[in-house]
Amino acid sequence: MAVVLIVAAGLVSSAVGNPRFQWSVVGDFFFSQQVLHGLVLTIELTVISMVVGIALGTVLAVMRLAPNPMVTGGSWFYIWLFRGTPLLVQLLFWNFISALYPKITLGIPFGPDIVHASANSLITPFVAAILGLGLNEAAYMAEIVRAGILSVEEGQTDAAQALGMTRIKTMRRVVLPQAMRVIIPPTGNETISMLKNTALVSVIASTDLLYSVQLIYSQNFKQIPLLIVASLWYLILTTILSIGQFYVERRFGRGSSRELPPTPLQRLRRRLGVRHAV
Amino acid sequence: MDPMVKSEGVCKSFGRLEVLKGVSLEVKPGEVMCVLGPSGSGKSTFLRCINHLEKINSGRLYVDGELVGYREAGDKLHELREKEVAEKRAEIGMVFQRFNLFPHLTALENVAEAPIQVKGLDRKEALALGREQLDHVGLGDKHAAYPSQLSGGQQQRVAIARALAMRPKLMLFDEPTSALDPELVGEVLDAMRILAKEGMTMVVVTHEIGFAREVGDTLVFMDDGVVVETGDPAEVLSNPRQERTKSFLSKVL
Repeated sequence: MAVVLIVAAGLVSSAVGNPRFQWSVVGDFFFSQQVLHGLVLTIELTVISMVVGIALGTVLAVMRLAPNPMVTGGSWFYIWLFRGTPLLVQLLFWNFISALYPKITLGIPFGPDIVHASANSLITPFVAAILGLGLNEAAYMAEIVRAGILSVEEGQTDAAQALGMTRIKTMRRVVLPQAMRVIIPPTGNETISMLKNTALVSVIASTDLLYSVQLIYSQNFKQIPLLIVASLWYLILTTILSIGQFYVERRFGRGSSRELPPTPLQRLRRRLGVRHAV
Repeated sequence: MDPMVKSEGVCKSFGRLEVLKGVSLEVKPGEVMCVLGPSGSGKSTFLRCINHLEKINSGRLYVDGELVGYREAGDKLHELREKEVAEKRAEIGMVFQRFNLFPHLTALENVAEAPIQVKGLDRKEALALGREQLDHVGLGDKHAAYPSQLSGGQQQRVAIARALAMRPKLMLFDEPTSALDPELVGEVLDAMRILAKEGMTMVVVTHEIGFAREVGDTLVFMDDGVVVETGDPAEVLSNPRQERTKSFLSKVL
């Protein structure tokens, strides 16, 4: 214990004492307009890409478990393709898509939904980023959701079908809500990964948090303090996400155990001996 | 009167394993049929064939005069579409050995779920129906409890209420008391006894000899994928005609 404290104190004092960290510069830029803009874009990319990833991933997972081999095969192929190539490469591909298809038809894979447009006007760096991050994420989410579905006892499907529910309804009302307990922890992980993976979009000139600080330090050459600014923001966001994950897990834990784990606030209250009336 | 269930030479295999080797029997409306037999005799599989949870490989199976899972056109059988199968299943209640309640829903929500999702009742109506059914099985005070907060006997009674909320014309029981602690068996059998008295057609796969003798109208003894003996429960239990029935009963009685 003492050793840990001494080492920690040493690290902190070296960080604070070393003038090259330039903490005052960190302070100057922490809330600067440009950094905050980048921060907002990073949050937007994370949220939208995860929504795309979760929605498409769930569809892929259900397809993967469908009785029709064509449907299963389609899902397998998607996962094979998007999980088998680096995310960075996929981002670059989407960015240069106009070279491949100057005029494109955008649609959900295997769905109708048809929009015609010139690739250059449609695929802005932002859209390319969403496509790259979201479609890649869907491949991973598909496997997570599939594991969740498989974790639900077969008797649940029997019971739902015996009551007259169709396969899709059984999935939506009975299986997926129970699969959530298994799906959420790794999804929290994925969201935190996604938050950091958004930094990759700096290669396609999307002005996220990282690219914003890069733009600043390319002018003032204060690389270290600006990278610290970005890192601190990433840490703040991942902390918020972890807290959110705890509460979401708690919500979907209903019914699976007799008593839900206490929230930190409840734990604090209990420790202080405060009882709240029931 | 037309039989509620009519089975003619029903066969079912899982891969190479032949589980049902030509099961023929009839259940009349209002009849309580208890099915006895050693484990692996195919009785649970047969029950699951009746609502098409398992597809039969050959033979004919009718519920209320209609083929289960298929449509007959000329001399060919066409498998029904998923939605049609689901509609037929909605008219047949099933109670499982391991209850299979939905753990993420309260007792009341468990009972109201299918009336809402399958029959399209509005939520308020369905919840009222659910309360009524839970009261009927003596669980008026457990509406808000989650399955994990209930005893096995209570869970099985919720499962019975859940099946009854669909107003089925036939109830299937797959060893409903086999997963229960001995002291909880009685309350579940009581609920089934009431149901039988109300005139429900029931097929009950069970090891409860006493229940079969007292409540059953017919007793079927199955072994090795075939019906070995059928008859009045008291008669079959005291004077089994077949050697296989005798040897089974000598082990369990």
